[in-house]
Amino acid sequence: MNLPLSLRRLLTIICEASLEPELVRELARLGARGYTITEARGQGAHGLRDGAWGASANIRVEVLCDELTAEAIVDTLHAGYSANYGMVMFVTDVAVLRPDKFRGAPG
Amino acid sequence: MPFEPVILFFVLGLVAGIVRSDLKLPGVVYEALSIFLLLAIGLKGGVELSRHNVADLALPALVIVAVALLIPLAAFPVLQRLGRLPRADAASIAAHYGSVSVVTFAVASSYLASRGEPAEGYMVVFLALLELPALVMGVALARRGAADTRWGKLFHEVLAGKSIVLLGGGLLIGWLAGPEGIQPLDRVFFDLFKGMLAFFLLEMGLVVAGRLADLRRAGVFLAVFAVLMPLAGGLLGVLTANLLDFSVGGAMLLATLYASASYIAAPAAMRIAVPEANPALSIGASLGITFPFNLLVGVPTYHWLASHLAGVI
Repeated sequence: MNLPLSLRRLLTIICEASLEPELVRELARLGARGYTITEARGQGAHGLRDGAWGASANIRVEVLCDELTAEAIVDTLHAGYSANYGMVMFVTDVAVLRPDKFRGAPG
Repeated sequence: MPFEPVILFFVLGLVAGIVRSDLKLPGVVYEALSIFLLLAIGLKGGVELSRHNVADLALPALVIVAVALLIPLAAFPVLQRLGRLPRADAASIAAHYGSVSVVTFAVASSYLASRGEPAEGYMVVFLALLELPALVMGVALARRGAADTRWGKLFHEVLAGKSIVLLGGGLLIGWLAGPEGIQPLDRVFFDLFKGMLAFFLLEMGLVVAGRLADLRRAGVFLAVFAVLMPLAGGLLGVLTANLLDFSVGGAMLLATLYASASYIAAPAAMRIAVPEANPALSIGASLGITFPFNLLVGVPTYHWLASHLAGVI
């Protein structure tokens, strides 16, 4: 591979689907340039989330961003939602081709 | 048969879920079916509404909504004091029971239709009107005037939610188009209705089977509440209908509206507006017990009540 790769953070959030509208708003506010949402199923602290209907549906949100943005998002979501909603977050390092796409918001 | 045969599909789904069959309706099918049912119910009510003077419904609508608010107001202290539930849970469950279940209403309507018992067709208007007020009441009970209540989000969640958009939209389209205008759509919306309802009930059986674990968590008090509350609501509905001079069929439908507990709009709204309430409790009670109870026992009971109490007020 000859193209240069840069390090960015991949933040993954797995949470109740009912949070999607609020989450999307928070992500934009905290400087994420984009996100990817997929429907998800699984089991955890909140029991079986089989996605058969709205109340048992989960989503998996992925955000590629810089370190500061990832930290801001994790802190805000943890403070605002972790206590009352099913939510799991984790951050990994990933190598991306075009790092400019995944910077925080200007300023 | 003492009950509506279409509920056998619900029983089938329930059994399939309990024996861990690999039967599974994809989430998109559930979505599509609920969109169809809401729109069809709205259209049907709208067509009936076009035969009436809408202004005549204002007073009954006011009475019906006002009386309906007694349900969460009565349920809340029972849940909080007798059930010793935290304030948020008591309020959220009260909101579920004050709001209505569209599918229970649909089953009650087909129960009446299969017996040739006429009813006021515009009852759907009340179905649409009864969804929101109890949810607002529930949030008010949970918050008791706290400043940080997200009313805007709640109103948006419910009023822009698919059930109000489709029911209200269907009502409006049916009302504007009238019987002749809707006739070309009859085959899709009215002839297929019962088949779609059967599919939806099959799916609901599977969903309820999946919530049985929640039911154990809910405990004995909530289980008893989930059976007695709809009976009390049903009685209140029959009496209110008598007051408004509804037919036996209309009284039975109003009883079903008061007896039913929401499990689509209410869980979504409470999740946003009262996030500290445990959804396993409210959904376990409303969907796990009250919904099947109403299908199997409640609907025939409300019909019996409506027939025997006709004209007491």
